[in-house]
Amino acid sequence: MSGAEENTFPTGPATPDDGTAGPRSWIGKAFSSVSLSAAIIVMLSLGGVMYTLSIGAAPALKEFGLGFLTAEVWNPVTSQFGAAAPIAGTLETALIAMLIGVPISVGIAIFLTELCPEKLRHGFAITIELLAGIPSIIYGIWGLFVLAPYMQRHIQPFLIDRFGDIPIIGNLFQGPPYGIGILTAGLILGVMVLPFITTVTRDVFLTVPSLQRESAYALGATTTEVIWNVVIPYSKVGMLGAIMLGLGRALGETMAVTFVIGNAHRISASILAPGTTISASIANEFTEATTPIYTSSLFALGLILFVITFIVLSVAQYMLHRIKKAEG
Amino acid sequence: MNLLNSNFVRAAAVVVGVAASATIAHAGQISGAGATFPYPIYAKWAQAYQAKTGMGLNYQSIGSGGGIKQIQAKTVTFGASDKPLKSDVLDKYGLAQFPMIMGGIVPIVNVEGIKPGELVIDGETLANIFLGKISKWNDPEIAAINPGVNLPSKSIAVVHRSDGSGTTFNFTNYLNKVSSSWKSTVGSDTSVQWPVGIGAKGNEGVANMVKQTGDSIGYVEYAYAKQNALSYTKMKNKEGHVVAPTSDAFQAAAANADWAHAPGYRLILTDQPGAGSWPITAASFILMYKKPVDDKASSEALKFFEWAYHNGGDAAASLDYIPMPMSVVKMVEDTWQKDIKDSHGKALAFR
Repeated sequence: MSGAEENTFPTGPATPDDGTAGPRSWIGKAFSSVSLSAAIIVMLSLGGVMYTLSIGAAPALKEFGLGFLTAEVWNPVTSQFGAAAPIAGTLETALIAMLIGVPISVGIAIFLTELCPEKLRHGFAITIELLAGIPSIIYGIWGLFVLAPYMQRHIQPFLIDRFGDIPIIGNLFQGPPYGIGILTAGLILGVMVLPFITTVTRDVFLTVPSLQRESAYALGATTTEVIWNVVIPYSKVGMLGAIMLGLGRALGETMAVTFVIGNAHRISASILAPGTTISASIANEFTEATTPIYTSSLFALGLILFVITFIVLSVAQYMLHRIKKAEG
Repeated sequence: MNLLNSNFVRAAAVVVGVAASATIAHAGQISGAGATFPYPIYAKWAQAYQAKTGMGLNYQSIGSGGGIKQIQAKTVTFGASDKPLKSDVLDKYGLAQFPMIMGGIVPIVNVEGIKPGELVIDGETLANIFLGKISKWNDPEIAAINPGVNLPSKSIAVVHRSDGSGTTFNFTNYLNKVSSSWKSTVGSDTSVQWPVGIGAKGNEGVANMVKQTGDSIGYVEYAYAKQNALSYTKMKNKEGHVVAPTSDAFQAAAANADWAHAPGYRLILTDQPGAGSWPITAASFILMYKKPVDDKASSEALKFFEWAYHNGGDAAASLDYIPMPMSVVKMVEDTWQKDIKDSHGKALAFR
């Protein structure tokens, strides 16, 4: 997840000094070895995590094979486990979070950099950043006590009445309005990723050279045109990085989700139904997983989340590469 | 496999963040971990005991499965579980097991127009609700045992525990006994594959979820229902009598329990006979090593339990737990004398 950060800025650091560039002071050498070891520590811990997860997951993967990925069963009594429901829940909630979070975040960033009166800019920016400082358990409690009852009384009945009867799409909005469920979890995640995407996107927008902006204005472009044709195209790469940072958070968030998702190992067509995510399952069940195969299945879930995150980041890297290439 | 397993256990200790591993036998501290069901009474006893003796208790209420894991990993002086272990498991790890306290589990409901204690439910119906076979409150099966009650035509929202728990073990154990279809499709354990419903974390989580969700039903340890002023149901017991969840009803269920003939005190108090017995009654157990890692700490723990058995009755009653009868306490003390030995093979002191 933190790997996305390096994609944040469109202009990467200059080519690293490989030490052959000429005579350097001992401070330079010391600094270079300190930063090298910092980088190595990251690699080592990542490798360690991967190793531990693989060892832990091995018994479950051996027992259930690839079927572990597709089975919806999660039955501690008969020791039958499958990851389909938590995988589906993780992806669904992250998708909802992105659908809500990305447009709002980009909107806020545009407002802050292009439209907001200079006086208010600082206050707004701090408010957004404070959102990132709220512990996730607080989001969870807020979700359970404030958002969920509101969803149950107003939003969900409205969705069921309005869309429930439409063919195909209607399947998404069926069942009793529990208040909690996939949609509520996605909403909370949407709020939680806001500060990450907003702050980074704003910083990226600020790197657009004022010369480019002013040139566009000089050519008679309106504010909207400048935003769409100058600022956003210039910031594409950085915005993608910001979105990946948010997505990483949405995929891995545990506490807040556990409170509001309903924690049911089932896949439902309806986004109002309770479900579970990988991290919520692990948090809920790890202390009580009394049999080795149960514990191992939870490790396997962890490994899958690791792999999903890895795939997401790789796709992001590939897209960045493509964009950079297209731009020459 | 064993090595791997103990690695898991250590990892679990870290993940849970209980830092229990750091708490082995600190001077003036007894360390234990496990069931959440008896936590309120253990906390109350610990307070009184510390005031009297200066000896404190560090009890991590991380759930019964967690308690079993922690004692097997030897990170605590005692483990606590609402799911009694079988004799072969006890023997495998060299553990002694004894019951500490009893209490009741009650179905709680939140249905508009239904007053607290107005609804009556029997085991079969309860199982069918949790199986999803009964999905409306005005189902004929519910109506049949509740004549005169105005049941709404609303969908039932089922709430269960999302974390593994001894409360779930005893609740599903009861459903297993009263419903053959529950037994064949779901079964009984600290966590199960729930056919329907939403999961909430902990007794508190279930209590809150039921409180917030209209037309819902859940199950909690009695103290949580009482503290949250939740509307609980009456139940039809094994002998067909309708009973309300009261201390007397829990005690009635416990009175018929035959502790003397249960190996390792492995006795589950659900669906007990007796006209006044509450059907979902449960005992909570303590697990300790027969050959302790730290003799002194284990001896201190036994002294605490001894004190709680003899002096903790009023505190237990005030929280609606049922203290163990003196006949059982006598048996347990004999077991201690006989089974729990220090490194010289001498019985640990507990008086």
